[in-house]
Amino acid sequence: MKFAVVVFPGSNCDHDCYHVLSEVLGVDTVYLWHKEQDVGEIDCIILPGGFSYGDYLRAGAIARFSPVMQAVRDFACKGGLVVGICNGFQILTESGLLPGVLLPNRGGRFICQDVYLRVENTDTPFTSLFSPGEVVKIPIAHQQGNYYASSGAMEKINNENRVLFRYCGPEGETGVRTNPNGSMDDVAGIISEKRNVLGLMPHPERASEGMLGSVDGKRVFQSVAKWLEEQKHGNK
Amino acid sequence: MEISRNEKAAKELGLSDEEYRKILKIMGREPTLTEIAMFSVEWSEHCGYPHSRTWFELFPREGKLSALVGEDAGGIIHDGVAVVFKMESHNHPSQVEPLQGAATGIGGIIRDIFGAGARPIALLDSLRFGPLDDVHSRHVFEGVVDGIAFYGNCVGVPTVGGELYFHPSFRGNCLVNVMCVGIAPRDRLARAWAKGRGNLIIYAGNRTGRDGIGGCSILASQEFGEGDEKRPSVQVGDPFTEKCLIEATLEALDSGKVVGIKDMGAAGLTCSSSEMAAEGKSGMLLDLDRIPLRESGMEPWESMMSESQERMLLCVENGTEAEVMAIFHKWGLEAVVVGEVEDGDTLTVSYRGDIVAQIPARELTSPPVYTPPRRKPAFLEEKNNGSWRDLPGSFDWNEVILRLTGSSNLSSRRPVYRQYDHMVGINTKILPGRGTPVLRVKGKEWGIALTTDCNPVYCSLDPRLGAAHAVAEAARNLASSGARPAGVTDCLNFGNPRKDDRYWYFVEAVHGLSDACRALELPVVSGNVSFYNENPGGSVHPTPTVGMVGIIDRVENAVAAGFMQEDCKVIIAGDTREELGGSEYLCLVHDMEVGPPPSLDLQREKDLQEFLLEVTGRGLVVSASDLAEGGLVMGVVEACLCPEFPLGAELSLEVLGSLREDALLFGESAGRALLSVEPSYVQEVEETAQRHEIPLYMVGVTGGDRLIAKRNSMTLFDLSIKELRIIWEEGLFQSSGIPGGERL
Repeated sequence: MKFAVVVFPGSNCDHDCYHVLSEVLGVDTVYLWHKEQDVGEIDCIILPGGFSYGDYLRAGAIARFSPVMQAVRDFACKGGLVVGICNGFQILTESGLLPGVLLPNRGGRFICQDVYLRVENTDTPFTSLFSPGEVVKIPIAHQQGNYYASSGAMEKINNENRVLFRYCGPEGETGVRTNPNGSMDDVAGIISEKRNVLGLMPHPERASEGMLGSVDGKRVFQSVAKWLEEQKHGNK
Repeated sequence: MEISRNEKAAKELGLSDEEYRKILKIMGREPTLTEIAMFSVEWSEHCGYPHSRTWFELFPREGKLSALVGEDAGGIIHDGVAVVFKMESHNHPSQVEPLQGAATGIGGIIRDIFGAGARPIALLDSLRFGPLDDVHSRHVFEGVVDGIAFYGNCVGVPTVGGELYFHPSFRGNCLVNVMCVGIAPRDRLARAWAKGRGNLIIYAGNRTGRDGIGGCSILASQEFGEGDEKRPSVQVGDPFTEKCLIEATLEALDSGKVVGIKDMGAAGLTCSSSEMAAEGKSGMLLDLDRIPLRESGMEPWESMMSESQERMLLCVENGTEAEVMAIFHKWGLEAVVVGEVEDGDTLTVSYRGDIVAQIPARELTSPPVYTPPRRKPAFLEEKNNGSWRDLPGSFDWNEVILRLTGSSNLSSRRPVYRQYDHMVGINTKILPGRGTPVLRVKGKEWGIALTTDCNPVYCSLDPRLGAAHAVAEAARNLASSGARPAGVTDCLNFGNPRKDDRYWYFVEAVHGLSDACRALELPVVSGNVSFYNENPGGSVHPTPTVGMVGIIDRVENAVAAGFMQEDCKVIIAGDTREELGGSEYLCLVHDMEVGPPPSLDLQREKDLQEFLLEVTGRGLVVSASDLAEGGLVMGVVEACLCPEFPLGAELSLEVLGSLREDALLFGESAGRALLSVEPSYVQEVEETAQRHEIPLYMVGVTGGDRLIAKRNSMTLFDLSIKELRIIWEEGLFQSSGIPGGERL
């Protein structure tokens, strides 16, 4: 089992994701430079947070044209697992690998804080170690995390149970008060139609070590590892 | 007598007649225009410290841990790791253009840290502005916060702490002091020198433009209004380029081919080239035709003075230049060979085949030293006569406490720090708003605690005592979290040094800092001076900001400030004296700025520190924090309002003695800490205190949803935690308009 963390110029959570995968989970992990045209023998690709290419135009708008993203697209088309975190989520929507867009936060400001998330669907490669409806705590840190999709697209996403995480309160309640950025339907993370591409604004790598407060995020990576392991042994 | 064109240029660039004569003597001829420009920036207050340098000799350079002193960024060594840190001001640029001024301030200090070979892991901002009811001060405040978010978030270094303070003396001249901390294996630190004849000089990063010509060096060397036509342009920051420059530079240093490196900060190419040559006791040849320029037609003096951001100068072994430049190219950055190291000690600059400057590097980097006359302002005696004693000592304390809790200086800083990414890097163990920021060091059991501190009101009343308080309080902050204070950086913000009262303040404060650091065995490893912080109404309050780093042996034992747990004993360590002078209470409630500031016993501080280190290290306390602005009451209010778990407390304050009520509640006596302790550990805490000769006062118990204080069964105040929390959380954005997030 091998993970790859993509490095764009301006990525700034690449080291953090690498640390959690290789040091905390102890899985084989490599960096993947943005100019690579071939992802190689990889089982899961992480698009980390940061400000790829400076994000001066619009978050993720330049990164979608990078050579590595063509390779990631091919990898995803073949069913490979992709996790886009924060800027990675923005890049996935800009690339068309996930529907919708991430608009500037309601209020327009950057927000860094812990948020509560309700796990909506645990029957995916990314959430199997959570329980349905469970409330978890994972931090966000972004200025453009206000998810928006056309009403038709949003309806389809909801109907197909593709929202994995929604912003909520400590008891799982949703609404304006518990939605930090104005995101449509409280969306914090969604998966693709083929259920192999996850985009989420919260940073699971920041909630993967007890020393830093929460280990809820670690289960996203562990779920992926478990899923890959099961694939290997043909259990699924 | 007619003065020459060059002499006129020298005057325009801020060189005095005396300095010009000195230059003539050094050069033995009439200097060229480029040479004059180079001297003017290198000898400016910002780069050369002519009015302050001599006083730095007072600072202790050694402490309990081994210290790194003397290069661009100093630090401490612990367990084979160099913790490098430095603080710098960007006051004038931030006042002129708040967003870019603050942004480039961050960029500059980060370059100092990675230029030393250390990976930047934390930023702290010590910010001071005019009152928020002043429209322009608000604009500056909001712009600075936006600038820190714009640059800091993108560059990927967490902003974990700092200070935010409003006072009329900063109207028209804000203070933006930024501290950066980095870590590196001890043996991997880089040197800021050029040596080895034939070795090559590489320029890397952004192109050189006309932006910020004399931005820092000239702006920071005169008062506002002292000739507006000289006001130069502020630099413009590009955090994306900086992020790539961090990675490329650290990768280049890892290659082992880099002999020396220095960032191009204030005074740009002049400063980096001359200081690298002087430090390496070498000569250097720079070819300006090879410098990547942003616009055509730049004169040599403009290239040498430009303060374009995100640029580094490297000295590499001859023959390895292609390998080193390839690393920068990989990160999308320009890198070109622009010169070489020569024998001798001369910095030679060529342009279109001509030599435009040829200066002995050591002379250029040895500006004159001035110690102008100084005078203690006469009004200070009267200000420190304790006239606050004439005030009535008793009020409706509920109302006063709500006012203080919602005030711009004491309310929650969350509306600001939530705009900064304070977690990137996944090291932040104690987050902002929960106590002293603590970071782990990956792969180590130990961690570091960081703080900045200064009380400008104390310093305006008694600069020597005020500066010593800044050191003592910073150390107390660190010790409360469980960290042993290890080293100090400073950022000394004062008025025009050529005015005798301002200069008196400066020299007194340096003495105060140095006395306190010596007593607490703390080395001053780096620092920065910012003079000319004046506005038409006078000087800013003297503000010698102290940045301090401490080492916590087991980072998992780090202690936060919030009570967090019910039925714990609330304990005050250290005596509460009848000291109200200089307090936030007097300023805010009575609009009085009178002294004397609280007394300070440095031996007592040391004892308290050892006590705190023992009780936190042995896991005997649930929470610990020091008591400072707002005194006992604000310390307790903050401990009650931990964002994760707000909790009430019931206090009985008669044990603290028969002081005036106002002094009891809001006095800012030094040498105190607020602890909460599980009942089963109280005896051990008491025994520990006895051994360290620290008096303990059991003042109450945590729990409930109200904060209540009595004295001899008479209620002093009784407030709901919910109400306090709303007022505290909304205080800052009520006055500033910054959204604080969802209403509680």
